[in-house]
Amino acid sequence: MPNEMNKKQQEIKEKMQQQKYQSKVDNVTPTPPLLKNICWAFVVGGLICTLGQLFTDYFLGLDLPKKEASACATAVLVFLGAFFTGIGVYDDLGKRAGAGSIVPITGFANSIVAPAMEFKREGYVFGVGAKMFVIAGPVLVYGMVTAFIIGLIYWIRQ
Amino acid sequence: MIGQLLMDLTPLTPAHVLVLFVVLGGILSGVGLYQPLVDIAGAGATVPLLGFGHALVAGTIEDINSFGFLGIFSGALKATATGIMAAVVFGFFMSVLFNPKGKGG
Repeated sequence: MPNEMNKKQQEIKEKMQQQKYQSKVDNVTPTPPLLKNICWAFVVGGLICTLGQLFTDYFLGLDLPKKEASACATAVLVFLGAFFTGIGVYDDLGKRAGAGSIVPITGFANSIVAPAMEFKREGYVFGVGAKMFVIAGPVLVYGMVTAFIIGLIYWIRQ
Repeated sequence: MIGQLLMDLTPLTPAHVLVLFVVLGGILSGVGLYQPLVDIAGAGATVPLLGFGHALVAGTIEDINSFGFLGIFSGALKATATGIMAAVVFGFFMSVLFNPKGKGG
């Protein structure tokens, strides 16, 4: 069956081409400057946390108990994160800071607003409402499951 | 103070990193390692998502202490209610108000 042979040869050829292409791509793609990225992440993450501390101290100064103060500070940071995502600044920051802007709670807000804006054209229920939790949903789910499991263990051992 | 942030630049997608951090924070909190860190670092420990995981678990344990078994279900969200509520509400208004950059609006 010469036809089949031909097909196989063709496939092998294609595979080799793909591999060649991949290695070319690998050569061209710049390896990210790790140290620089880490420094950025550290500085930006640190600044966001410092900001959080400032707000916490401010709310503590208003005679709020410690827990409520840090909850208020969280709310303010979430608002800021959402706002700067809205005006498009946060994503620029994210390109530089990587995990530095993703890991703080402001990044959580960013992960809600960004897809919600993106999918607005799909309507307010299935676009904004549903896509809001594309990233935040898994975070909440696994966070709660973890809390449940640890709570269960704690309760049994009590 | 935010040394943890460093390592996570290279691997996975942001969503994976976030999930990982929340779970990690929860576990650290359950083992009892996270609360001392919060006492020392303040917002440095509560602002990252590790702190979110910590708040979930700490709230659960607190409610178990006061309400018993029911606390497993009521505690986690009570402690994080402000954060989640703020995120959803602000997130909604911001996405209604603003359009993605560069795509007109």
